[in-house]
This record gives sequence, C-alpha cells and structure tokens, in this order.
Amino acid sequence: MNTIISYAHIKHNQIAVNGKVVLHLPNKSYTEFLTEAYKSLQLSYPKFYKMDAQCKLAFLAMEFACKDNHFLTENDLSKTAIVFSNSSASLETDQVHQNSINDKQNYFPSPAVFVYTLPNITIGEIAIRHHITGENAFFVSPQFNGKLLTNYIHLLTQTNTEAVVGGWINSDNNTYEAFIFLVQNVENLNKNSIFKPLNQTSITNLYNQTSWMH
Amino acid sequence: MFINFKICIPKPNMIFASYNNIISPLGFTTEQNYRAVLNSEIAVKPTQLHFSNDAFCVGKINDELLEQHAVSIEKAHQHTRLEKLSILSIQDVLQQSGIQPQDDKLLVVYSTTKGNIDILENAYPNIDSKRVYLHQLTQHLQNHFQFKHQPVVLSNACISGILAIIMAQRWIQSGQFNHVIVCGGDILSEFTISGFKSFNALSTEPCKPFDANRTGINLGEAVSSILLTNQELLSSPYHTAIVAGASANDANHISGPSRNGDGLYQCLQTILQNQSLDGCGFISAHGTATPFNDEMESIAFDRSALNTIPVNSLKGYYGHTLGAAGVLETVLSLESLKHQTLIKSQGFDNIGVSGKISVIPQHTPATFSSFIKTASGFGGCNAAALFKKI
Repeated sequence: MNTIISYAHIKHNQIAVNGKVVLHLPNKSYTEFLTEAYKSLQLSYPKFYKMDAQCKLAFLAMEFACKDNHFLTENDLSKTAIVFSNSSASLETDQVHQNSINDKQNYFPSPAVFVYTLPNITIGEIAIRHHITGENAFFVSPQFNGKLLTNYIHLLTQTNTEAVVGGWINSDNNTYEAFIFLVQNVENLNKNSIFKPLNQTSITNLYNQTSWMH
Repeated sequence: MFINFKICIPKPNMIFASYNNIISPLGFTTEQNYRAVLNSEIAVKPTQLHFSNDAFCVGKINDELLEQHAVSIEKAHQHTRLEKLSILSIQDVLQQSGIQPQDDKLLVVYSTTKGNIDILENAYPNIDSKRVYLHQLTQHLQNHFQFKHQPVVLSNACISGILAIIMAQRWIQSGQFNHVIVCGGDILSEFTISGFKSFNALSTEPCKPFDANRTGINLGEAVSSILLTNQELLSSPYHTAIVAGASANDANHISGPSRNGDGLYQCLQTILQNQSLDGCGFISAHGTATPFNDEMESIAFDRSALNTIPVNSLKGYYGHTLGAAGVLETVLSLESLKHQTLIKSQGFDNIGVSGKISVIPQHTPATFSSFIKTASGFGGCNAAALFKKI
C-alpha cells in the first residue's frame, strides 16, 4: 500500500517534521531564514548557495523529511519518482531575469539566473543531491492539490515506480511554503502506526494540520 | 468529422494517438505542416524582433496570419497570443474528433515552459496580468471551452510535451478518462531568447542537429494538440497506440545532460522491456543541435543498441518550440508513420557525435510499424515513448 512515511513542512519561518515544529527562527528575513535553516543541518553542500529561493526551500524540506528514516536507503532510487507542484511555477525568478533585460542601458541576463526560470529545476536539485533517478513531474495548480498529487502518484506506482517524493514548493513574492512527503510501499500497515496510507484525505489533512507556533 | 458517441466501445488498455493539430510558422493544420516539411520548408530564419536591432534566427508565426485566423475566435482581443494559438489548436482537435468540451470523461493537459511570459513585458495593457500564472492561463481556456474538468498544467522543461502524452496514456488506462487532449505551447519572447543567448546556446544560422558543424539551437514558437483516446472509432487517423512511456532524471547537472546519457538510457530500457523492436522505423530524437545534447543522445541510443534504427530531429525545421516540441514532433512522427516516409533530419550533413547512430539524410519511403519519441531537458529530465500501429 502506498504509505506516507514522513513529511516536512516549511512556512512562517518554521520547519515542521511530521506535524511538529523542529526549527523556529522568528524575526529573520526570508533569505536569512533559508540560510540559517541550512546551517542548522551542518551539511557541506556548497551548491545550496547557488540555488534560487524556491530550490533552497525544496532542498531544506527534503533534508528534514528524510532525516530520521531510511527512505533513501530502503528504496531503489532508480525507481523513486519526484512529483512536485506549486502555483507560481518559477515566477519569482522569472521576474529577476525579466528585470535584468528590461533596461537596455543596464542589460545583464545571467545564465545562473535563467536556469532557475523553470519550476522543475527544484526536482533536478533534489535528484542530484540524493541520486534519485526515477520519474519526474511538475504540476502547476492554483493551490495545494492533494487530489491531483495522490491520483498521479497512484498511477506511477502501478508502473515502474516503487517510491515517490511528493511535494508542494512555492516561493512567490516572499510568500513561501514547502511541503514534502515521502511515499513508499508498506505491507500490513499497523492500525497504531504513525504512517498513513496515501489518499486525498490523508495528504490534505497532513498538509492542513501542522501545528505552527505563534 | 463528427462521430456518434453512443456506438463507441472502449477497448481496455489500448490508448490511441488520434486527431491533432499543429500551428507553427509552417501552417495552421497538421496537414499543412507535414506537407511543408516534406517540401523541406524551414521555419527558422533570420528575423527582426521588436526588442532588438539584431536579427535572430528563429521560427516565428506570422502576426497577420494569426490575426486572420483569430477572427473566428469569440472576443479575440481578450486573449493573449498564446491563448489565441491554444484556442485555435484545441478547437481544431475538438472539431475533427466531434468530442464535446463538456464531456465528463475528457481531461485537458496543458504543457508549457513559460506560458504567457510576454505579460511580464507588459505586452497586453488590457489583459489581467494574473494570467502570467500558468493555472490562470488554463483557467481562461477552461472558461472559453467550458471544459468539465480543470485542466492539468505540466511544466517540466523540454520534456513537458512528450511527458504530457505519457501521462495521458496513464490517466486513460486507469479508467478515469476516455479522452485526454494534450496541448503544448510556447511563444517566442525576449525572455527566452535573452536567456538562451546568455548561455551562448543560440545558433545564428538554421540549426544542424547531430552535425559536425552544429553550433547551437534556434528558438521557435508553436502550439500543437493531440487527442489520446481509448475509443476505437476515434483511432482512424493512424490506427496507432502509445504502448509504453517513461521519464527519468540524470541526477547529474541542472543545465547540462549526463555525459553518458544515463537518464535517457534508463527511459529507453524501461519502455523497451517486453517490447519488440521489429518494425521500428525511426527514433524522433530531441536533437537540439547543442554540442552536449546531441552527443548525449547518440551515446544513449548507442548504449541501448538502437544503432540500426534511423534517427531524425525536427528542430532543423522548427527550432526548439519548448513546451510544444514533444507534441509537435509526435504528431509529425505519426504522419511519417501513416505515410510510410522517414522524414529527413534537416540541417544534417556530416556526423558529429560519437555514439553510433544513423541520421536520416533524405526523405525516404520505408515500411515500418512503430517509432520511438524521446526528449531531454534542463533539470536533468528525460522521457521516451513507443508508438505502434495496431
């Protein structure tokens, strides 16, 4: 059965894992928050600093989602899919690129920016970081769409896919949110297990029920 | 052609590639496009664009011609350039197939990289700038056609088009829908041209996929739509089904392909499991004409033991049409299959890749019953699908 074994949620300068806040950095700007959250992980991954904010969000959510479980070692990463979604595609970075070409007197389009003007670069960054080479899909919808994500993930696991990293990664004009969940097959799910079978209701509830700090 | 739906019987597990449309600089219908390609007409040429004194070698749809066609669209002035093209393209598929947009078993999947990106250039003072959001663009199309279901938007770089077709197959196979119309579209914009230029990826001449003297891509614009269906009566255009499809990530680099073609190789391995290559006429490759992409593809094909299967890229005709490319190239490949003619890989003279492949040098009559379509893109993504005559 397709089962959610872990999830991480980032919003309001907080990072929550499986519904509980594990990091809260109040009074930081968005950029500072991303950097501080990265430092808290004590990783050595300099590529992080080259990413745009949306990829940083995805990166952090994924690190926290797979920190205390065996998702990355238990599953065949060549049969692990990444299915992400958001509402703004890459508009935040699109605007940065557009600003660099608006003024012909001050014209400086940069490949380091342009490459991030595609939303699926978030998938690419996670794939590179964790050597995940399975199916890819990036959907754009008005808001978190548990129905679409669940629906497509079930279709994938009926083919060659064995595990899935699902998510909503949206960074748009300083409003940001990341929600990443890990799905794998779990047989004989215990009633008392903290794992949840993946369906539209369960994923929508998990997305809505994070207890943010005030 | 209109078909009475009541007598259509679903055939489980068989997903047909059916009625379709291409709008490009080479024509407003698939037939016009196929005929132009057979005449070796090339859409990409030095073109003066509104934002620069330099001419760029691009494939641009003629503005006046578009306005002439758009006259048939209700309230045409309320739509962006891409929306007009998309409406015309989807309209053509609906008309040919007789499918009602309100059909409960119809899903629309829209494939694009940048959507209404020209809104960022303030191209439309009287249009709501929110339509730069891709879901607002498709909401607009849904309102226009009154589709029952909210269209799905897929934005997965250059594999979007073929991946959307693969998704269509999966959705129909699951029984949730009988029909999926995949519409892929992207327009030429200063946004994408300046971006690819900053990568030094643009060729100043018509591009030369797989050639020793290739120097980069041309950008093009197009919208292409295709109906995928499980209704056998709608299979008549090609009697051809999509029988396998897969995507995979290189997990190597965000803006360059794997040197070994790992992701594309993985896709090909997946789709060719349990599939015979007897009768496979050709591979419609991505073939952007950048040094790295074409080299990578040749290695992936070679590693997959596909050396004897002829290869073409259609980028030499149209340039890279981004979100439309996978759909447009699948449609022309279906025409190629129907007419039993291998389409010449435009721009190719001398082999310039190290993997052993055989690039199609001339339009060639041939007897074959299937083809492979592949694509690769930024973010390390790759996709491949196998189409077979039934």
